[in-house]
Amino acid sequence: MKTHQNEVIVVGAGGAGLMAALYASRSANTAVLSKLYPTRSHTGTAQGGVGAALGNMEEDHPEWHTYDTVKGSDYLGDQDAIEFMCSEAVQAVYELEHMGLPFSRTPEGKIAQRPFGGHTNNVTGKPVPRACYAADRTGHMILQTLYQQCIKNKVQFYDEFHVLDLIVVNGAAAGVVAVELATGELHTFHAKAVIFATGGHGRIWEITSNAYAYSGDGVAVTLRRGIPAEDMEFFQFHPTGIYRLGILITEGVRGEGGILLNDKGERFMTKYAPTVKDLASRDVVSRAMYMEMREGRGIGGKRYLYLDVTPETVNKYAAMDGRHRPDGSPIHLTGEEILSKLPDIVDFCRTYLGVDPVTQPMPIQPTAHYAMGGIPTNKLGEVVIDEQNTVMPGFFAAGEVACVSVHGANRLGTNSLLDLITFGKHAGLRAAEFSKGAAFQPLPSDAADFARQQLDGLLNNQGTENVADISHEMKAVMFDQVGVFRSDEGMLQALKTIRELKERFKHARVEDQGKVFNTNLLNTWELGNMLDLAEVTTFCALARHESRGGHAREDFPKRDDVNWLKHTLAWTVDGEIKLSYKPVTITKYQPKERVY
Amino acid sequence: MQVTLKISRFNPEKDKKPHYETYKVEADPTDRVLDLLEYIKWHHDGTLSFRRSCAHGICGSDAMRINGRNYLACKVLVKDLHSNKITVEPILGLRVIKDMIVDMEPFFEHYRSVLPYFVNNDPPPATERLQSPEQRERFDDTTKCILCAACTTSCPSFWASDSYIGPAAIVAAHRFIYDSRDQAATERLNILNDQFGVFRCHTIFNCTEACPREIQITRAIGEVKKAIATGRLD
Repeated sequence: MKTHQNEVIVVGAGGAGLMAALYASRSANTAVLSKLYPTRSHTGTAQGGVGAALGNMEEDHPEWHTYDTVKGSDYLGDQDAIEFMCSEAVQAVYELEHMGLPFSRTPEGKIAQRPFGGHTNNVTGKPVPRACYAADRTGHMILQTLYQQCIKNKVQFYDEFHVLDLIVVNGAAAGVVAVELATGELHTFHAKAVIFATGGHGRIWEITSNAYAYSGDGVAVTLRRGIPAEDMEFFQFHPTGIYRLGILITEGVRGEGGILLNDKGERFMTKYAPTVKDLASRDVVSRAMYMEMREGRGIGGKRYLYLDVTPETVNKYAAMDGRHRPDGSPIHLTGEEILSKLPDIVDFCRTYLGVDPVTQPMPIQPTAHYAMGGIPTNKLGEVVIDEQNTVMPGFFAAGEVACVSVHGANRLGTNSLLDLITFGKHAGLRAAEFSKGAAFQPLPSDAADFARQQLDGLLNNQGTENVADISHEMKAVMFDQVGVFRSDEGMLQALKTIRELKERFKHARVEDQGKVFNTNLLNTWELGNMLDLAEVTTFCALARHESRGGHAREDFPKRDDVNWLKHTLAWTVDGEIKLSYKPVTITKYQPKERVY
Repeated sequence: MQVTLKISRFNPEKDKKPHYETYKVEADPTDRVLDLLEYIKWHHDGTLSFRRSCAHGICGSDAMRINGRNYLACKVLVKDLHSNKITVEPILGLRVIKDMIVDMEPFFEHYRSVLPYFVNNDPPPATERLQSPEQRERFDDTTKCILCAACTTSCPSFWASDSYIGPAAIVAAHRFIYDSRDQAATERLNILNDQFGVFRCHTIFNCTEACPREIQITRAIGEVKKAIATGRLD
């Protein structure tokens, strides 16, 4: 077995991982491991923009961004971390521009910005253009730009190395174990500091915008190593996924004036969010859509609605709302502008639906999109492992896998890309600094044993259970019972099903017994991770007897700040899930009723 | 509808050379070819191997040769192929590792050779470097590239010699050469003026047809050729 040694190991090569690597590699010997080629990472699919109060279109302030994010989080976000992120945002976006990121531009040549859900002028309450964008491929441009900068700075990559385990020695991170896809060989990476930037786990739901790679590896691996997961019951359902496929249609469509319509052609969001209407935060819009569909106003009575960005509709409602261009002239959107501002959206709809958004409304439904919960960290990216926020030496996490928590119970659009670049950078800096003052922990002789046992267990179990069937049943029950709306009864059913599936998984059949690119084996290992996370998610959601942000319970429809203004921590101990809680950090903004 | 897939198979641990296997599956006309490959993998033969991640044409993992033409398997629907017989093969010109999985390293080596990163050695301003919408538009098309390799592996010049830098690397260079903020155009043009550089392109247009991002690759290559010939960026 091969052993490598680096001061800092970064796991995952999306926005957070690459940002961490860029910064860590300035002062420490750093390597990046990814189960994909870096440019295949899921950051590349982010569309609408990265949030920062540049004020390029109209007045804006980091303080407004901070308040909007606190309110968007339904007061579960930690306010010190949110304030840190929103004040770092402006410089972070300029830094991306200085790295060459090709943002769209205003007529004056500045970075262009568009409105997004929940981002407001704190004086008027109206939407403010805060999302800095590159057409509708902002994530693609961030991923490409950061990868390019890594090449320029000669960052060391191990592409297609799938990390299976975190090595913990004396309570500190000491490295990782990974399988090299091309050979099937296990490698040990000995490190002083390990940064997990492995992304989310949206693939546990049936309808999702997430990539196949989003199997929750990071949280599953750390749970097995006794590290808790935070706020796992909070998962975001994005309002506008392509019907049945779940492919994301950016909120930027509504930022550009797109309108949600029901079967009667009504703009229903006026009922649910009278001030910002279609630009309410995602949890609010997804719930409104469910209520419309439940009351029979889905299109043709089916489980979808329309998102309409045709010039006729956009211009009609812009005039009704009294919205105008930054120079004060009336909004008169043309088909050409839609194509230039939202080219990928137009392409997706034409390719997958045969629908042309320039002339037709898009059939959409809420789609599982983003994990607010994950590995608990502080704002420096250090992993914290208990109710007192005790730091685990040498272990860091950033991006979607981490829970800082800046998103609380519901993330605002554009704040995920901001999270990646802010906390990726700081995790990288802090990890490099830590590595300078630390020695390598001695590696245990059996460092790779636990990873090997897991793979051998799957290869050798002579199983009869079909992996795709288990996966399908998990996704279906999670989408039906642990989705936008939840109840005790439904979630108990889900928990029972997930536990039965975990039993069946012990007999999962892996046909491919080879070494080279055994995706059959590794995809099956990923399903094991997803089952673990489905169980934890459901367990945490059952315990939380309130509705807050993305966690909406039919049987506890109100937010309960007296009993539930706290973060969930979940551990796996001997196969059982144990819960505890820790306080939310509140600085300037006392919780109040959340109205849009 | 029933679809017959003829799939090129190669397992380096068993086979001396690739062979075809045939699978019959039930499909909807709106299924992606990737969906059918997934179905076969999980219901017929778990050893079938291919790369995939986002499944909607953005991550660039699943470029393959489908009915003789390069596509992303996730971005071509059964109905788009106008046939219930679908042949799936790995992209050409790169070593096949297993089934649809090829060695991407030579492709990325060419990419890295063109200085595929922003260069501006002046101290950055306090805010953004200004760029007009027209200057930004000048290189918009080539910013769309997802490095899937569909273009390079459809190019007869690349098939003839894998030393040829290939369309994807030229697209990457073009994205920076025409960026008004960048300062390394001359170095990149010198690199592309090499014997295995841009003049190996014989304007066959396969790359443009193969690009799942609809980048006008042949045009971008033509602009780079012209810039080398005239010494000017228009």
